[in-house]
Amino acid sequence: MAHSSPIATSRSATGIPTGRLAMWILLSSEIFIFGGLLVCYILFRLNNPEWATFASHTNTVAGAINTFVLLTSSLFVVLAHSAAEKQNKEKAFKFLWLTIICGFLFLFIKSYEYSSKFSHGYFLTTNTFWSFYFIATALHGIHVIAGMFAMGIISFDVKKGKNFQRVELAGLYWHFVDLVWIFLFPLLYIAK
Amino acid sequence: MSAHGNGHSDKYYIKIWALLLFFLTISIIGPMFEILWLTIATAFGIALVKATMVASYFMHLNVEKRFVWYLLILSVVLLAVFYFGVAADVMNKQGTNWIDCVSTKTCAPLR
Repeated sequence: MAHSSPIATSRSATGIPTGRLAMWILLSSEIFIFGGLLVCYILFRLNNPEWATFASHTNTVAGAINTFVLLTSSLFVVLAHSAAEKQNKEKAFKFLWLTIICGFLFLFIKSYEYSSKFSHGYFLTTNTFWSFYFIATALHGIHVIAGMFAMGIISFDVKKGKNFQRVELAGLYWHFVDLVWIFLFPLLYIAK
Repeated sequence: MSAHGNGHSDKYYIKIWALLLFFLTISIIGPMFEILWLTIATAFGIALVKATMVASYFMHLNVEKRFVWYLLILSVVLLAVFYFGVAADVMNKQGTNWIDCVSTKTCAPLR
């Protein structure tokens, strides 16, 4: 018996598409990963008020620009989703790549920040504050890279007019990456 | 292909984005006054507002099925359980039979 579409897109036990259910389950697990890391950081930060000295060396301007970049990328990916819903493959492809370009910009600014920290002698093992800083931002950065890869692959399917539903799933993941940064920014760059 | 929550035009999402940028601006300017309650309200309070807006309007949680909300809330609740479960120990510098020699700087030197 031939299926015209994958079972995951044609069968649902919950009333929402199986792919979207899977993405929400993934995101709920990511709540533990990032939430756990950030609440640990909050615990330690409250217990070590002297960390304000180290935190003063984070680059608030770079963090703010990165927040702007990620919020704009979230706009682009939701516009890609909207275009995909209307089966507009050119527009969806364009907005997916605009999102990916924002990802590159984010990583470029992050690289500049890292090189600045290294040149001032702040590394992963300098002290616990900097461990948290580098682990949290690098883990987030790895998620950004993964999202960019996923969107890149999906964009080429979309360009051929296939698998439009995946744009929404990639979009959900990307919005979560943005959400994490929305909390990372005040914790690492504002709370000094 | 589901068409949930997407009768919205591009202008709708652009308006949400503009509002997010407005809140971002406030969250940057607020802490510059170096008043503690203002910093907490603008930096962290607005982070919560922005996160809620992204979740509701960009991720379409405002029209999503209820059980997705339950799934996410469950994750946050369990995270809070882990947080408060260890906070009693982590936030203390010493207990009945232990002392945090790192933060109290009383560790014995390594041989």
